[in-house]
Amino acid sequence: MFACIYIPNFSVAAAFRAEPDLQARVLAIFEGKPPLEKIIATNEQAKNIGITPGITKAQAELCPELALRPRSALQESSAHAALLDCAQSFSPCVEDAAWDTALLGLRGMASLFGSLTKISQAISDRASALGLQANVAVASNPDVALLAARGFRGITVISVGKEAEKLSSLPVEVLFSERLDGEEKKSANALVETLSRWGIRSLRALAALPEVSLTERLGQQGLRLQQLARGSVSRTLVPVEAPMVFEEAIELEHPIVLLEPLAFLLNRLLDQLCARLGSRALCTQELRLTLDLSSYTGIDDECENAGIPSESDKSDEVTRAMWGQPPKPALSEVERAVRRSEVPLARCPQTRFTRNLSLPLPMLDPKVFLKLLQLDLNAHPPGAPIVKIHLAAEPARPRSAQGGLFLPPSPEPEKLELTLARIAGIVGEQRVGALELLDTHHPEGFRMRRFVAEVARKVPRKRTPDAEEAQSTVTALRRFRPPLRVNVTLENGKPTRVSCAKRKDVQGDVLWKAGPWRFSGDWWDRDAWSRDEWDLALRNGEAILFYRLVHDLLSGMWFLEGTYD
Amino acid sequence: MSSAVGSTSAALGRPFLFDDDAESGGAPVPAAFARSGKAAAVAEDLKKPAGQQSGIEIIRSTISDRKSTIPLTSASRLEIGPAPEMVSSGISAVDHLTGGLPRGCLTEICGAASSGRTSVMLAALAAATRRGEFCALLDAGDALDPYSAAAAGVDLDRFLWVRCGDKTLPARKHLHVDFKHYRFAQSESSQSEYRLEQVLRATDLLLESGGFGLIILDLAEVSSQSARRIPLTTWFRFRRSVEHKPTILLAIEQQPIAGSCSSLLLNLQVPSSHLSALSSTNHAEPFHAHFLSGLQIRAERTRSRLDRKPAHSVRFETTTEWAVSNRKQITQLPNYKITK
Repeated sequence: MFACIYIPNFSVAAAFRAEPDLQARVLAIFEGKPPLEKIIATNEQAKNIGITPGITKAQAELCPELALRPRSALQESSAHAALLDCAQSFSPCVEDAAWDTALLGLRGMASLFGSLTKISQAISDRASALGLQANVAVASNPDVALLAARGFRGITVISVGKEAEKLSSLPVEVLFSERLDGEEKKSANALVETLSRWGIRSLRALAALPEVSLTERLGQQGLRLQQLARGSVSRTLVPVEAPMVFEEAIELEHPIVLLEPLAFLLNRLLDQLCARLGSRALCTQELRLTLDLSSYTGIDDECENAGIPSESDKSDEVTRAMWGQPPKPALSEVERAVRRSEVPLARCPQTRFTRNLSLPLPMLDPKVFLKLLQLDLNAHPPGAPIVKIHLAAEPARPRSAQGGLFLPPSPEPEKLELTLARIAGIVGEQRVGALELLDTHHPEGFRMRRFVAEVARKVPRKRTPDAEEAQSTVTALRRFRPPLRVNVTLENGKPTRVSCAKRKDVQGDVLWKAGPWRFSGDWWDRDAWSRDEWDLALRNGEAILFYRLVHDLLSGMWFLEGTYD
Repeated sequence: MSSAVGSTSAALGRPFLFDDDAESGGAPVPAAFARSGKAAAVAEDLKKPAGQQSGIEIIRSTISDRKSTIPLTSASRLEIGPAPEMVSSGISAVDHLTGGLPRGCLTEICGAASSGRTSVMLAALAAATRRGEFCALLDAGDALDPYSAAAAGVDLDRFLWVRCGDKTLPARKHLHVDFKHYRFAQSESSQSEYRLEQVLRATDLLLESGGFGLIILDLAEVSSQSARRIPLTTWFRFRRSVEHKPTILLAIEQQPIAGSCSSLLLNLQVPSSHLSALSSTNHAEPFHAHFLSGLQIRAERTRSRLDRKPAHSVRFETTTEWAVSNRKQITQLPNYKITK
């Protein structure tokens, strides 16, 4: 058995998927170069009020409640990818029949989902979860399933042997795809017209025609159409492997300046991406956000306030006056009208702003992604109005973690990632994470790296408790960052008194000292260092303080590097 | 019999609500009962002569229904909460003194500079990471020495370090826009207050996130004056957040600041005898022949809500990294014998 998933009115469905709020409104999709744009698709509500494909955009604009959207190749390609994801989530044997149609083999699925009706319902639900309202038909051969999906709304199950009977009521138009272009569309229209002139309007009538006479008049194409109408064509699927590309995009009619409305759009894109990834049982470990920016600011652009002198106009006038040139003549009403009608965004140069969000572990939570992107954009704002949003996810296998009753608790990776991003917003990006010691003797030879809560369990080295404690009770050094510059009084080359101008509490006679010990390194590099280290004890009131004193041999200055604590 | 309801009623001079022989006139009507619609019926019944009153019975039936559904416990029967789990601090002397560090509680370790606070902190970190727990250090002074942490045996993969005090961030005034929890009396932003703000905000986030076995607030570099400006409500919130969680919240500071919110308060200091021990080293030797072998630390349990024993103190020694390695080298010599 084969199933067909068909998305009726694909352009409108793609627009609904990108903007779910439009479903309650009257919608028309237009295409073409201005001012010759034409309506190419409408929803049912638009048809009810007389807006049909073929009328011009100017005519459609007379309807005040109509929402007009340009045909978006990006939205349609995303919807098509979602359709294939939906089919792939059920069966590996999927044929990409058209932009709005996917065929899949159902062999072996009865044990997983049950009856054919249940399978069809599951497919329909999955498509709905991906934002697509699909017709699903199940039949014994792919072409019958395809015709039934085009002709019948909702779910249709055609049992074996009843193909011709079920298809008989359908109009002949279902034999041709809605989305034909150019010559194919012309020939299809000519065929439908011919059949209509003969009085053939349904598949039943077409199926009843004598084969020889039909072939004499319409050729092999006519015979094939008749076989399709009878449901007697048998073929195998041509399976495709859907590419693992998960991308969603939105082109904006008006640029976005604030991050808050951007978050709404990102939320929508993330929901769609996560639904697609989820349908393929995948997660993501890297999100790429690309924003097309416009130099259009909305404040100082002549296109926004055509005819009203803007800041740039004023500066232009000042420049002209400076060079003794006559001022620009004022714009006439006609010129202002022309300037207003011009779309500014198309002419303004666009720049691209990209942010990569790499995650330590594969995740699939749109809320976490949204919050992370928001925090990232807060820290790195795009700096210009946004005209297009493109979001791509790098697919990854879901992580498998084996919990244990007796293991100590660890932070949840999603929650931890959010927490770390928030803390990075407070203290700075490079100031939160795990430590990594570098292979150097430099006193600050370490770097910060990403903190990951999932650490491979190490086999603990067997040590006695005494040995562990002996290691733990190490006298620690507390570093001054940056080191405190001090004045040192020397006697026979040994420090006897230390005073710090910055901190009054750090001064006094040296009660005890040990050293010097010489360290140096990186002499082959610009960052060469060479120093003598002393350990000192100073008295501060009643307390005794232990310091590490450093004499920088390259600069000749003395520093307190830290206290032993 | 609910003691809470009973005592309120007694104070107001009204009969007890749940007494079987209560008079109908003064009994307050429970809200749930009033909502159920029976209240109007009772009010109507109360206006009737005594022999025909069925409202009291309705009240009694309602109360008996509630008694059967909601278990009521008198205050005298309330049990004392279970004692917190104590885990090793990594130093046996400190464990002997306090019984370890309590989970789900705030512990304060205070002392002046060079009193051994950081050594105790790193020992606790090392012990926690050895148990396989994840730990976090909120370092107000950005003072941690990574080599000391590694030498103390801290598993760096399980250790989150938050370094506060980044001067490249926008001014503190800007941060105040969306930050309402911590407001200090002084409007002049000092560097230590700015760091303190960062620490407190990050602590809130980490406590909310959960999953850490040990969270340390290192406020040792924050002046006592600034640290005392932390509102007590903040400490109460921290204590409340960490309660019933397997997390140890440890604060390192110069002086105790959390008041009654901390369950355990340890005071550290270096005894003056330590200096005399250092000074008695042989001056005939060159100074580079001397070395700081460690610190003698006196730890005093100043306060503990976990047991009522009087204040008590212990002494222990920490060893510098080079002294440890030196000792290892000596013990690895073939002719070396331990003599006691």
